[in-house]
Amino acid sequence: MPQENKPSSVPPKKDKQEARRDFLKQSSAVMALALAPPLVLKAAQHDEAIAAVFEKMPVNLEINGKKMQLSVEPRVTLLDLLREQLALTGTKKGCDHGQCGACTVHVNGQRINSCLTLAVMQEGKKITTIEGLSNGDQLHPVQEAFIRHDGFQCGYCTPGQIMSAVACLHEGHAGSPEQIREFMSGNICRCGAYDNIVNAIMDVKNGGQTA
Amino acid sequence: MKKPQTGQPMDRVDGRLKVTGGAKYFADHQPADMQFAALVCSTISCGAIASISTTKALRAPGVADVVSHLNAPPVPGYKKTNPGDKNGLQIFRDNRIYSNGQPVAIVVANTMERAVYAASLVEVQYNQETHYTNMEAGMDKAFQNNRMKDYSRGEINAWQKAPVTHSAQYTIPLEVHNPMELAGIIAHWTSPDTLTLYAKTQGVKSVQETIQELFEIPEQNITVHSRFVGGAFGMALRVWPLEIATILAAKKIRKPVKLVITREQMFTLVGYRPNSSQKISMGATADGKLTGITHEAVAITSPYEDFTEGIVAMTKFMYDCPNVNTRYQLVPLNMSTPIWMRGPGEATGSFALESAIDELSYKLKIDPLQLRILNHADTDPERNLPFSSKYLKEAYQIGAEKIGWSSRNPAPRSMQENGMLVGYGMSSGTFGAYRGKATVSAILKSDGTLTLQSAAADIGPGTATAMVQIAADVTGISPDKITFMLGESTFPYAPEQGGSATVSTVGSAVSDVCHALLKELANLAISQVPAFKQTTPELIIYEDGQLITADRQTKITHEALLQQQKLPEVKVTATSQGGEERKKYSMYSFSVHFAKVHVHPATGVVRIQHIVSVADAGAIVNTKTARSQMIGGVVGGIGMALTEEAILDHRFGRFVNNNYADYHVPVNADTPPTDVYFVNKKDPYINPMGSKGLGEIALIGFAAAVSNAVFHATGIRVRDLPITPDKLLHIVSTENATA
Ligand code: FES
Ligand code: FES
Repeated sequence: MPQENKPSSVPPKKDKQEARRDFLKQSSAVMALALAPPLVLKAAQHDEAIAAVFEKMPVNLEINGKKMQLSVEPRVTLLDLLREQLALTGTKKGCDHGQCGACTVHVNGQRINSCLTLAVMQEGKKITTIEGLSNGDQLHPVQEAFIRHDGFQCGYCTPGQIMSAVACLHEGHAGSPEQIREFMSGNICRCGAYDNIVNAIMDVKNGGQTA
Repeated sequence: MKKPQTGQPMDRVDGRLKVTGGAKYFADHQPADMQFAALVCSTISCGAIASISTTKALRAPGVADVVSHLNAPPVPGYKKTNPGDKNGLQIFRDNRIYSNGQPVAIVVANTMERAVYAASLVEVQYNQETHYTNMEAGMDKAFQNNRMKDYSRGEINAWQKAPVTHSAQYTIPLEVHNPMELAGIIAHWTSPDTLTLYAKTQGVKSVQETIQELFEIPEQNITVHSRFVGGAFGMALRVWPLEIATILAAKKIRKPVKLVITREQMFTLVGYRPNSSQKISMGATADGKLTGITHEAVAITSPYEDFTEGIVAMTKFMYDCPNVNTRYQLVPLNMSTPIWMRGPGEATGSFALESAIDELSYKLKIDPLQLRILNHADTDPERNLPFSSKYLKEAYQIGAEKIGWSSRNPAPRSMQENGMLVGYGMSSGTFGAYRGKATVSAILKSDGTLTLQSAAADIGPGTATAMVQIAADVTGISPDKITFMLGESTFPYAPEQGGSATVSTVGSAVSDVCHALLKELANLAISQVPAFKQTTPELIIYEDGQLITADRQTKITHEALLQQQKLPEVKVTATSQGGEERKKYSMYSFSVHFAKVHVHPATGVVRIQHIVSVADAGAIVNTKTARSQMIGGVVGGIGMALTEEAILDHRFGRFVNNNYADYHVPVNADTPPTDVYFVNKKDPYINPMGSKGLGEIALIGFAAAVSNAVFHATGIRVRDLPITPDKLLHIVSTENATA
């Protein structure tokens, strides 16, 4: 169900006992399947509820500082979880194949393409998306620099560019315009705002505001 | 007089939304109970569907339906046409397959993953027929569409008699717009004849119109939302079959349905720049005066539509040449229909024309820039009219100076730097400066804020920002109190964002509605405020959100004026369009591109070192966003010149590089520092702002500047884009090459 992992419906953090009970509930469904596969499979075809339990796995993530216990199909990418189930639509899909960078987020502080990782692989990790970058109303210096330098046109690649830029600065890969161009080349901008993106990053670098 | 807002580098009004992830593009909307769709696409390139088996797909968890020509709800509008007429691809009308990747079914499920998986379970059998996807092999099928008749002035093929001639063939491969945002739509029938759409479009009103025609429901029953568009470059100028498929699926299951297509499908479902072959022949006197140009172009189209664009347009008026003739033909192939891609046909044509001029200049031993100036058209030779404004010569001069043109050694392969061959090249571009018809509503609230509404689109240039600046100048209201709202079909009419005309068209309407609003406020003051009794609207000064009497003795703020009269708001609507001036003048924007390239002598790799682009686009409303538009066009031009080429495997009629890893759009490291200059002089006739268009000329001509620079660096002329290293590999064996 697309809507069920909306943050509002995320259950409050359960104690260990409860979590284990949930796990047992799920494993017993798996167990039932092992015992009578044809029967359960047939049921699954007709009974959404059984199919849903069978297809899902628990995963704990900390997203933009919020701890979340989620239940997702193992085939769901981190990108699709964020966008379709958690309504964090700032992170964009441009290719789904790790070729464009539109889906860049931070996992434990490192930039990754969220389309190239399954949500269940990030168990226990801290994830930051564009929605979690600013400090309340106070924009991150890179966000401000992108506005000042017009580091975008349509804005579609922008969340990915900004997440990448923040990481690029942290990594120490923003030493010169040339180095920025290399280390920002995983993020395509079809509107061609590259010159402005480089200037924005250089500006933050020179202002020493890499926080 | 206060400093005007137009002409300033104002930050974008929607910048904050764009850097925080708050900007909502079509796929970011999540209506309650939304379902997800995935397409099943044809694996053959010509023939018919024999059967579709959906049993397995329908049994998969969460699947709501599989919709195809076998069970799709009827599209009433299809009946107005006969199958087989050239009416575009009428999705799910019958079982015909015209091209590879054509959608044959749409699967709807309650999660995206389930829809995608179920789509893989749909089994389609085909009756395959021979397909044709190769333009060269299909030249015998070339034909002329009535929209694009032969053109001639003076003598046909006069170039042949000239003392110095040049004639050559130039080809451009199929290129794909590939905006970052994937295409798709969310469709929701809220009642059997009421439809809500979240669309990726360059024009909400034209979507509304198309849907109205196809589904025969009242216009006001169709609501189209499209506030943010993640780039389009022309591909969102029409409603595509994939959108109709989604609307049909939503109709069938009676829930909101979202489709987002894949990057691979972006190559087959939403148009492309057609591959083309152009022959340019030109002749000149020994001292460089052009005597004849012949331009013959062939480009591809689909079996079910004739797509035409301005490939031969520029040749007709760019140079002062007495004898010009053009021909433009189409070759229908088993491909989907092309669509205008940034710079559209003019970008294609300018590559040939501006390369040919360069080639001729070497034969004449005249500097290529000089040759252009020598043949500069002071008036439009095609229409025999004066230009409304033309500062091309100034643009040439600015560009030449900034790139250091005079210090180049004119001989090919004469310059080196750090072991690299160095080349300088230049070219020019032009595109019509249009002005359409648009309506804008202005709502002044009693808190002093002004909201402007129009069904315009913004695919990235910064429309709302420019409109706020224009409104601020007319009304004297500070820009932070002005909001411009677009992308809603419920707003007053505006045309599609295309052809570089938005600022001209919608900006004029903004200017007009703001003047009308001031008049309304003035009349209110004159009739209700004693101190204003004796004055007239023309005498009142409008400043800082106030009305001021001519003697500056009495002021009243907009807030006070409205509050006094207990008016919550004043609303004015105005429609605007150009008049007779279009018949008296030829209106064009012009651009000049200069490129300095390095070519590696052993590998043939081309790296662009420096770019200077100059635009004569009238008065620039926002120098910051205008510069971004220019560098964006240049980046597109770099792709066109050096990397972009969609490759078909003609055995299957299928693309082999249909993804971002294999179809190379320029990345950050491919782009050099780019200097942009504007002549920035008002066009006196086109519109109240004096602004001409910018979006197309940013790219038009650019590829020729690069290929001309590559020739200067290497002595090798590449006439087939893109200029990939393999085309320069014989570089080593052409040590002494010259023209
Ligand atoms: S969507 Fe992940 S890299 Fe393109
Ligand atoms: S701003 Fe449009 S793709 Fe980068």
